[in-house]
Amino acid sequence: MIEIKDLHKSYKMGSNSLHVLKGINFTAEEGELVAIMGSSGSGKSTLLNILGMLDEADSGEYNLDGVPIKNLSETKAAKYRNKFLGFVFQSFNLINYKSAMENVALPLYYQKVGRKEREEKAIKYLEQVGLKEWAHHLPNELSGGQKQRVAIARAMAAEPKVLLADEPTGALDSKTSYEVMDLIQNINDQGNTILVVTHEEDIAHMCKRIIHLRDGVIVEDKKIKQVRASSYVQ
Amino acid sequence: MFDIERWQEIFDTLRKNKLRTFLTGLSVASGIFILVILLGFGQGMQNGIAHEFEQDASTSVWVWPGMTTKEFKGMNPGRRIQLRNDNFDFWSKANAEKIENESPRIFVRNVNVNYGNEALVYGIHGVQGDFQFIENAKMVDGRFINLLDHEGTAKVVVIGNKIRKDVFGHLESPLGEYIEFSGIPFKIIGVYKELREREEETLYIPLSTAQKVFNGGDRVNNLAYTLPPAENFDQAVAQAVAFKDELRQYLQQAHTVAPDDTGAIQVWSAMEEAKRYYSLTGNIKFFFWFVGICTIIAGVVGVSNIMLIVVKERTREIGVRKALGAKPWSIVGMILHEAIFVTAISGFLGLFFSMLLLELVGPYVEVDYIMNPSVNLNVAVATVLVLIFAGTVAGFFPAWRAANIQVINALRDE
Ligand SMILES: Nc1ncnc2c1ncn2[C@@H]1O[C@H](COP(=O)(O)OP(=O)(O)O)[C@@H](O)[C@H]1O
Ligand SMILES: [Mg+2]
Repeated sequence: MIEIKDLHKSYKMGSNSLHVLKGINFTAEEGELVAIMGSSGSGKSTLLNILGMLDEADSGEYNLDGVPIKNLSETKAAKYRNKFLGFVFQSFNLINYKSAMENVALPLYYQKVGRKEREEKAIKYLEQVGLKEWAHHLPNELSGGQKQRVAIARAMAAEPKVLLADEPTGALDSKTSYEVMDLIQNINDQGNTILVVTHEEDIAHMCKRIIHLRDGVIVEDKKIKQVRASSYVQ
Repeated sequence: MFDIERWQEIFDTLRKNKLRTFLTGLSVASGIFILVILLGFGQGMQNGIAHEFEQDASTSVWVWPGMTTKEFKGMNPGRRIQLRNDNFDFWSKANAEKIENESPRIFVRNVNVNYGNEALVYGIHGVQGDFQFIENAKMVDGRFINLLDHEGTAKVVVIGNKIRKDVFGHLESPLGEYIEFSGIPFKIIGVYKELREREEETLYIPLSTAQKVFNGGDRVNNLAYTLPPAENFDQAVAQAVAFKDELRQYLQQAHTVAPDDTGAIQVWSAMEEAKRYYSLTGNIKFFFWFVGICTIIAGVVGVSNIMLIVVKERTREIGVRKALGAKPWSIVGMILHEAIFVTAISGFLGLFFSMLLLELVGPYVEVDYIMNPSVNLNVAVATVLVLIFAGTVAGFFPAWRAANIQVINALRDE
């Protein structure tokens, strides 16, 4: 599903350049649930953003579902983002003047789905994350955990092949974190490929595989026994 | 443009960002409003000045004698020039074909006039029959002074419409009534009307009568002429200037005045003044256009600024939309569509209200030199279109940039 070879990325800052990713090699099969770990500043987000086509690598190969991602026009990139990828950010990135339902329906708008169908689907996904009653509330009327669940519903609404989550629990307390992870596990159970960036051990252990980043390379890559988040959630 | 989904999305956005929508709209609307009012008053001034000129016959030429300031042929400066009947008669005879109307005038201010028991004070002018046309006075009752009155030194008087209202308001017509001054009764034979009431407080009597009654001998105060119409404005001006110069030369010779002693005998031509005013109205029009264009530029800058701020404010939202699969063109389209919609609606609202104001208030504006301020609808609509176009162009570049930056950079924007 995801295949990257010798991926490099550096940031130019004036005359200096900061080499963040120094040759990443990595593959993820369909249906995997991968945790990307590493200390702060190790390049986790950078990697995820490149995988999500929000940013571009300097060199290296990237194949997404068999499609080489290289020098795409913005229009093409938009199409792939819409079709293949769903995002969940640490800071939620909901549009503050749109209700929960409208936020969830937005990716469908860009898929040219009609208004009525959009809204039905949005309600369906909100129901899956347990927020049907909150459909008409604005983001600032929701708690952090609720916002993140709306964001997850939004990411799922487009029915992407890959879900990318950058510290989805980073802004949440542990109880809500587990609820969110429970949701992510359920989505994974349905066969979706998911990559989760985190620096919390317990969150990482709720995935099926952990990758460690250090100094711009993968230093460890191991399969683990998944801890079910539902065991923490009543 | 006709994508219903897009319209819905835009209405949603506008409705949920009322303040932003309102402020954008307000600045566009007020810009248009100010511009239209300015242009309207520019037009009003032009109308007003043109109107001032229609009041008196615009080909008139007047002679105003004064005092000499230069020694000439042994004559001392400081001598007062006195025009006489001879001057008038000589010039008339020599230039009959160049003159349309002619009349000397003698005037006496603040004469005590009695009507029955009423004591009144008016200025009295002694003139010939043509004077009516030189002054552009319309008869509303009876007739003006004629040649017979003049030759017979008739004791007849023509009064202004304001005098009729003030003094003879109780009568159906003041014709045939007698008023008395210098102990002599004068019969009212006509009532004239001018465009301005303050010019309706003069009594006209035959020149010969005035000279006799006020011991004027053959002295006159003014000479007044109008010239026949010319082919066009420039010819009329040329004709007036030539006539005026020749007349002055003749009078300077007749009264032994130095040719460069301009104050001693002043000859004034309405045509020449008109020319000055016409170029003035041209300048005024130019000035208002200049101000108007500056206003448009200010409006364009304002709209551009708003667009810049709107795009800046929405950079993160643009990032989110792009992360969800929005194509760059759909982002640009969304922002421009919104901008055009808001500018168009508010622009035409501004236009509507300013035109309404001009329509309602314009006809009642009664200030000298401003009359019926109004604006050409085409010009006004064109300015709105210019503003919409400018807003679109100004919005395009920041929108295009925002739509094409790396998504992650847009998302990082605070
Ligand atoms: N746009 C940028 N410009 C410059 N440096 C950046 C930029 N984004 C990230 N970095 C730097 O790259 C390094 C890796 O960042 P990031 O991928 O966000 O780390 P992590 O998510 O693992 O904490 C950090 O040192 C960060 O300061
Ligand atoms: Mg990070």
